[in-house]
Amino acid sequence: MSDIITMGIDVGSTASKCIVLKNGKEIMGKALIPVGAGTSGPERVVKEIVETTGIKIEDMNYILATGYGRNSITFANQQMSELSCHAKGAHFLFPEVRTVIDIGGQDVKVMQIENGAMVNFQMNDKCAAGTGRFLDVMARVLEVKVSDLAMLGSHSTKRVAISSTCTVFAESEVISQLAQSTDKCDIINGIHHSVASRVVGLAHRVGVRDMVVMTGGVAQNAGVVKALQEELGHTIHTSPLTQYVGALGAAIFAYQKCSK
Amino acid sequence: MAENVNTAAAPAAAKPPKKVSAASAALRQVVTDVYEAARVAKANGEPIGWSSSKFPAEIAETLGLKIVYPENQAAGIAAQKDGERMCKAAEEMGFDADICGYARISLAYANGVETTNESRRMPLPDFVLCCNNICNCMTKWYENICRMNDIPLIMIDVPYNNHVTVDDSYVEYIKGQFMDAIKQLEKISGRKWDEKKFEEVCNNANRCAQAWLKVCDYCQYKPSPLSGFDLFNHMADVVTARVKPAAAEAFEMLAKELEENVKNGESTLPFPEQHRIMFEGIPCWPDLRALFKPLKTHGLNVTAVVYAPAFGFTYSNFDEMIRAYCKAPNSVCIEQGVDWREGICRDNKVDGVLVHYNRSCKPWSGYMAEMQRRFTADLGIPCVGFDGDQADPRNFNAAQYETRVQGLVEAIEETKRAKEGRA
Repeated sequence: MSDIITMGIDVGSTASKCIVLKNGKEIMGKALIPVGAGTSGPERVVKEIVETTGIKIEDMNYILATGYGRNSITFANQQMSELSCHAKGAHFLFPEVRTVIDIGGQDVKVMQIENGAMVNFQMNDKCAAGTGRFLDVMARVLEVKVSDLAMLGSHSTKRVAISSTCTVFAESEVISQLAQSTDKCDIINGIHHSVASRVVGLAHRVGVRDMVVMTGGVAQNAGVVKALQEELGHTIHTSPLTQYVGALGAAIFAYQKCSK
Repeated sequence: MAENVNTAAAPAAAKPPKKVSAASAALRQVVTDVYEAARVAKANGEPIGWSSSKFPAEIAETLGLKIVYPENQAAGIAAQKDGERMCKAAEEMGFDADICGYARISLAYANGVETTNESRRMPLPDFVLCCNNICNCMTKWYENICRMNDIPLIMIDVPYNNHVTVDDSYVEYIKGQFMDAIKQLEKISGRKWDEKKFEEVCNNANRCAQAWLKVCDYCQYKPSPLSGFDLFNHMADVVTARVKPAAAEAFEMLAKELEENVKNGESTLPFPEQHRIMFEGIPCWPDLRALFKPLKTHGLNVTAVVYAPAFGFTYSNFDEMIRAYCKAPNSVCIEQGVDWREGICRDNKVDGVLVHYNRSCKPWSGYMAEMQRRFTADLGIPCVGFDGDQADPRNFNAAQYETRVQGLVEAIEETKRAKEGRA
């Protein structure tokens, strides 16, 4: 029996991700381009995965697209929401998962999982508070790289309260703290807790049950994960594949479609 | 009194309406007649009133006064894509962008900003009828209309009810206000109160409510012979004309059409019904197409709405009528609110709930998070929220909405699979 090769492509608001899977289990390749829907990201990420795996698009058995830009992937066999795909991907990595928290570029999602499937969820409202975009803006104001936020926050000796959840107002709060010569590390610690408190409100509306898994790009920030763990009172599990979880879930769904 | 004048550039005219059934056409005509009657009355020098949607229309009708409805007008203007321009006009007058979109549209209109929606042009009022059972923002909204036009406000205050039953003291309190409203309206109309006429009007209102509730009940069939969105469209009649025999006749005709649909296995839903949902809240009138498109894509039929049947209330005496006016979606406690909605969900066999967190309606959206939690727990179905607005399109994002609907469908399918697996 020949192998079933499927691809999941997750076109988010700030990054495009691809995973190629063999027989629904083995990751043959992954690719990420740090620009998302409406950019060259989707095209480039596909080109990269084809080069990495040596498998042409037409040779893949099934392609499933997810994320905000999912409908622009015209060669995909199917589109699904990123909600189900993150749930599926998280369940693949952590079979005991019951709650998935996904913080993406402009969305925060909390999903309730039963027997590996998403049965309910909550998403943020129209506001960008608590999303990756919030952290991007704060990093710019602080003149640091987003990827350095976790490391800098870990040096904090006291947390500064950032009370505004609104990105614009929080920006002026941070500027005000900088003007008072407050330690950047303490401000960053406050920013991480600001994100966490926003997400906790959403999480409680769904109900939080162990095991809790965090997915999405922001899960790479250990400062946010730690703050969320403290605010939520639950251990939070992450994976080195955190940014690829949506694409992984899409590739698994694609495999399930083929194997039916 | 000053005529309305154009104060801002108007958008292009909307597309012509689709072909409609005989009952739907009759229902449309009833609403058109309500507006036309007001225009004729005004031209003849008679006083006309603006009324909140759940003010006891029985009083004005008994006294032969012509009434039009700012809420219905605002919804019609918003649906014809003239809401944003009207909302902005109100904001330029100094009203905050965070207040109800209906109120902003209405206040702009009351201040002389004309609308491009010709069918919803109505004469400026000579008096205003306000009942706060449906919304508290309405009190200040209507007070402002009165100040702008220097006209009387006839107000019936319905206290918020923290219990599932209506206390006798509430009935007495409201009855006193009814009597006072009758006296004020006798002076305005120049006519005397006629008990026999009142009884006839109440009979018409009850007949109309019964026919409307019968129409709503057809959503219980599986598949449903109508789209739940039809109920939103037909609501205009039960709001503006529930004391008119023509409205009752048109609803009775619609009920017959639906009965035929059931017999013939047909539906007004333009796609096969795969899943059934409750749509909680008022629709985003300016974005009906964007609201409907993902529902159509995924075969979702709205078979339950709480807003529409809320206007179908019957009574058999004066006290019961007062009690009926005490029970509007926003004037009852959460226990009653949850009970109503869960009853409709069970009767109409829904698989999921789509909750509109409406920027225009703070009371409605305020308790919705807790309601949503209870629906999920009590009904065991997915329940998903989205941000929007009943009249201001600036508060709705179609891409975000689409993802939430797709997620709801995926959760519904997983829940159904899990239930089938257990069975």
